[in-house]
Amino acid sequence: MDGAPVDLLNFVMGVFGGLFLDPVVSMFNRPDKLIQLFTQGLSAGVMYSLIALGFVLIFKASGVFNFAQGIMVVFAGLTVVTLMEAGVPALLAIGGAIVAMIALAFAIERAVLRPLVNQDGIILFMATIGLAFFLEGLGQTIFGADPKPVPVDKLLIPDGKLRLWGDVFPKPVRIYELDLTAAIFGALMVAAILLFLNRTKMGRALRAVADDNQAALSVGISLQTIWVIVWSLAGFVAIFAGIMWGAQSQAGFSLAVLALKALPVLILGGFTSIPGAIAGGLIIGVGEKLGEFYWRGVLGDGVEQWFGYVIALFVLLFRPQGLFGEKIIERV
Amino acid sequence: MTEHRRIVGDTLLKVENISLGFGGVQALSGISFEIREHEILAIIGPNGAGKTSMLNVINGFYHPQEGAIAFKGEVRRTMRPHRAAKQGIARTFQNVALFKGMSTLDNIMSGRNLRMHRNILWQMLYYGPARNEEMEHRHRVEEIIDFLEIQAIRRTPVGRLPYGLQKRVELARALAMEPELLLLDEPMAGMNVEEKEDMCRFIIDVNEQFGTTIALIEHDMGVVMDISDRVVVLDYGRKLAEGTPDEVRANQDVIDAYLGVPHEEELV
Repeated sequence: MDGAPVDLLNFVMGVFGGLFLDPVVSMFNRPDKLIQLFTQGLSAGVMYSLIALGFVLIFKASGVFNFAQGIMVVFAGLTVVTLMEAGVPALLAIGGAIVAMIALAFAIERAVLRPLVNQDGIILFMATIGLAFFLEGLGQTIFGADPKPVPVDKLLIPDGKLRLWGDVFPKPVRIYELDLTAAIFGALMVAAILLFLNRTKMGRALRAVADDNQAALSVGISLQTIWVIVWSLAGFVAIFAGIMWGAQSQAGFSLAVLALKALPVLILGGFTSIPGAIAGGLIIGVGEKLGEFYWRGVLGDGVEQWFGYVIALFVLLFRPQGLFGEKIIERV
Repeated sequence: MTEHRRIVGDTLLKVENISLGFGGVQALSGISFEIREHEILAIIGPNGAGKTSMLNVINGFYHPQEGAIAFKGEVRRTMRPHRAAKQGIARTFQNVALFKGMSTLDNIMSGRNLRMHRNILWQMLYYGPARNEEMEHRHRVEEIIDFLEIQAIRRTPVGRLPYGLQKRVELARALAMEPELLLLDEPMAGMNVEEKEDMCRFIIDVNEQFGTTIALIEHDMGVVMDISDRVVVLDYGRKLAEGTPDEVRANQDVIDAYLGVPHEEELV
């Protein structure tokens, strides 16, 4: 009766092989696939980074974890699409969305942040949950509840496939032009935000507010102005994410959940770190795609859904403050 | 730099009949005094006397229920802190309020924010007029760094600096605003003797070289009597005395408040 131990051994070996050996073999056999997964992962990662940046900016400057970020993405995307459906040219529609997001930032500062100044983070967080529900209701009233297709062609977003390096690899590497566009524009936007934060006096003021409200006031920085700017920035990010994510499926209220994909990114990168948001997004993006493809056989479908959290948890084991988070040193 | 000092001039800031309460606690009641141009005024008093509250009223963190403040002749009851900063009031805090994640240089540069006016786009690209402007402000900031002898810690994140140096960086940031009125809340608290001497020297130098009017809160009586032109004494939210250090030292109310009133039997 030695069948049971042998079965167990086979099972363990099978899982081990499936987790660690088969993927390596597969990577060697099909390097084109590996490259393809990497590019897909990176472009998804840039989008995560961008959303995470929206969270980090708001968290740093007003101490709020903004639960409404996802619904802002939907709101922005739907504004653009609805305007275009009404016959407004693409650039004007985006301009309209920018105006709408700035107006939203002013409204949020006046109606939510100002009355709650100096309250605990958790209270502000709950306020943003309320804000999320309010925006969802308002959005459905304005735009209707049905998802809408993004007119990719009118926005001049290429929507084909590139086949590259067919002569080097067994099969050509396929890259979706949509992914590539998202990655390029996303990278440009991240760069612009970084320049804004590091080079301008506004950026310096923003970092100052993030560090110490009272001190910032004493050197003549207006908190209200900074809040409006930060929420507007998060709104701009949301417009871009709304269009690009909408283009991949449809612009609708289900996109709001996608924004929570930025959560493992934030855990990984540290809530207060801008480089962390960028690196974290890329790591999670690539990790998800690789995990989905190579471990699907062993772990089953839908690896992509939870794999980001596993990566984040793994990092937390070694760096509890996140990859780039500020190490908290308390003098005792 | 031109010497401005020792022409203690007209009234720069006048506090009139200020009363401030938080719920049931009366922090300040009916306080009036004035700060004159180019002088060093010390505000002293036991713990809880309302000294910091007074500074907070002056730069707009607290809004008093009664009274008015006239700064450069303009009368106001309340004001937002960033407006106060725009008008030329800078301050430091009792328990150091710096931007801990930023370098010394960035901290001090943040004091120049109000004086930078170039277009954001140019600033982002670090190009043209914005670049010249940044250089110009950097130059001013370097002067302040030299003045306060903190060259060595330019690039250090201030969170890592020892307390005494942090206080100095905070002073530097306030100076970078080129204020007309500088409010210092216990600039020497928690310092050792040498650091205190340095800080004293800096305060006197600021006053003499830039002609900056200074109002400071301090507990160390030796320091107060040495450097200040005039002293205001607060106790339980009321003004106990006002005058030159010598006058204040001889004032019976002040002696009572500080040394305690002897009991009957001890008098015998």
